[in-house]
Amino acid sequence: MSETATPFRQRAAGALNDAFLRQALTIATTKFIDLRREAFGDFPEGEALREQARQIKEATLQHLDQYLDQLIDNVERRGGHVHYADTAEDARRIILDIARRTGARLAVKSKSMATEEIELNEALIHAGVTPVETDLGEYIIQLAHEKPSHIIAPAIHKTKGQVAELFARELGREVAADPEELTRIARGELREKFLQADLGITGANFAVASTGTVVLVTNEGNGRMVTSLPRVHVAVMGVEKVVPSMTDLMVFLAILAKSATGQKLSSYTTLVQGPRHPGELEGAEEFHLVLLDNGRVKQIAGTLREALSCLRCGACLNVCPVYRQIGGHAYGYTYPGPIGILLTAMIHGGPAVKDLAHASSLCGACVEACPVKIDIPKMLIELRKENVERQVAPRPERLVFRILAELLASPRLYRLGAPLARLLQRPFARDGAIQWLPLFLGEWTRTRDLPAVAPRTFTERWADLEHRS
Amino acid sequence: MTVSVRASLMITCLGDLFYPEVGVKIVRLLRGLGVAVDFPEGQTCCALPLFNSGYHAEAAAIARRTVPLFRDSEYVIVPSGSCAWMVKHEYLGLLTDPALRAQAKALAARTYELSQFLVKVVGRTRFRSAMAGRVTYHDSCHLLRGLGESESPRTILRNLEGADFVELGGSDECCGFGGSFAVRLPEVSASILDKKLANVEATGARCVAACDAGCLMQMGGGLRRRRSPVRAVHLAELLEAGES
Repeated sequence: MSETATPFRQRAAGALNDAFLRQALTIATTKFIDLRREAFGDFPEGEALREQARQIKEATLQHLDQYLDQLIDNVERRGGHVHYADTAEDARRIILDIARRTGARLAVKSKSMATEEIELNEALIHAGVTPVETDLGEYIIQLAHEKPSHIIAPAIHKTKGQVAELFARELGREVAADPEELTRIARGELREKFLQADLGITGANFAVASTGTVVLVTNEGNGRMVTSLPRVHVAVMGVEKVVPSMTDLMVFLAILAKSATGQKLSSYTTLVQGPRHPGELEGAEEFHLVLLDNGRVKQIAGTLREALSCLRCGACLNVCPVYRQIGGHAYGYTYPGPIGILLTAMIHGGPAVKDLAHASSLCGACVEACPVKIDIPKMLIELRKENVERQVAPRPERLVFRILAELLASPRLYRLGAPLARLLQRPFARDGAIQWLPLFLGEWTRTRDLPAVAPRTFTERWADLEHRS
Repeated sequence: MTVSVRASLMITCLGDLFYPEVGVKIVRLLRGLGVAVDFPEGQTCCALPLFNSGYHAEAAAIARRTVPLFRDSEYVIVPSGSCAWMVKHEYLGLLTDPALRAQAKALAARTYELSQFLVKVVGRTRFRSAMAGRVTYHDSCHLLRGLGESESPRTILRNLEGADFVELGGSDECCGFGGSFAVRLPEVSASILDKKLANVEATGARCVAACDAGCLMQMGGGLRRRRSPVRAVHLAELLEAGES
């Protein structure tokens, strides 16, 4: 690879050389794909519910402000506090204020991509609050000082052998590479933290506007402890996650776990309705909901509107041929995979994904897997188009496409192109194929033969064919 | 069996430049079935490469030129699923002139990928095989997920006299071509291709058929580079022109 290769291409190529990563990815994504297929195979209503879910999301977006107002009213009515964060920085400030005011020193966290998005852990540490991730995958990557590489399976890039080595190094615990044993150790370590923590931080899969209910879909039971053991609970949620009613929620719960892990339902579905009320046995004394915009609201009328329907299930990652080869870290941002490119553009702007928008063969497997059928390829093409119009594409690329466009827009030039190509390819062609070409064409020929332009194109042969008819 | 149908061949740029023998084969095949084939002059490319890379003004210029070429066609046959997708699904959005838009709509409705045309329009599903032995089939992404077509090519292959059709593991997974993707991220593209070709070789087939020139370039180029005895062929190359 030349030194001028884009940073993304370099990271991707690095990932391709990591044998552990590729083994871990192949095993995990194949398993997810099979489980998802089985889950929907056993569930004939699935198709209709996906369509319904898509419509609910679309209808909710049309009146998002009203549903958010309703949600805020209902959470406050139940004694919770609602905060609105325009930016990631606002969200961090709001949460740090809560931590400071309540004197929190130790925060336990349930898995949340929204808190990854706002880089909350770094901010907490800086403010003297120790965050502890309690989802097993998140716990592993926190120990490894890494970032999640998948939306629902943050440590998908690690093999069990690597996790055992990590535990030995970081916890001083010698342990076999056995998932059950590794989980038992993590559970023991985390139990103490749950009991000591004064702050519980979660994300939210949904929030029901008509009841003020924040919904968490989890599998390990840690989410329930984070929301009930510490004195204060803060939930961070993208504004687009609001759903109108409990009936709507049921539609999403019926398809979310099937799409994500292939389970009929997740092990735990936690409904949080404000702080603990007199007579209730569990729940935090103080409950805060942080509504996060961070580029979302602008997209209601933007190119990426459809991406606001995303449930963060990760199904598109599992089926994406690119993600399956390179994993999540190579993308370089919080959200990886096909949907991650769109979310990155949403948060950081279109020019930020000038290379990432091309990290897709546009094969459409993501659309097929998406529970709400988000047309990801269409929006990737749209992002590419906007970047062409902004002229952020490299000058040589724009020149190549300009020439191509001229050639293809004129049948006369196109006809002249074939003999010219035959002349130019003469030093390189053998037996109708080309094994080496200079410049960007070499990117093709390094791993594949290229067919030579035929001695006579179809257009050139047509006159003979026509007369024989 | 003969049918009286008129059809125009949209050869596509890759078909024209790299696989003219496939085009010739298709013309003979169709004539053998009683289809009157013409080849409207002035064709270049469907504009998908420009469109997918975000050069939409440039793609629109080509769409404006291409649509009128097929104004009088009864049917338009495209031997490539992705190009058929472009014509059927993206042209309309690129055009603003009302008259051209009406033509583009009509063109979309009359355009068929080759296997679809054979099965759904001509109604012919039985052919003698031009090649003996085991064959397998790769679903091109745009034909499968774009046009929703998986059955027409399989119907033909299952009924292919003298050949033994086997399903390809992961046949619905991308081959890694993706147009400019193949040269923008060549390492990733090649890695996806490796997996595809390992699946192809595991079938023990002599050839892998596809209905898209892009997939054929990618798979054929990879097979040739690794000096594999397996060939990547267009579905049409497997079909004998005569009566079955």
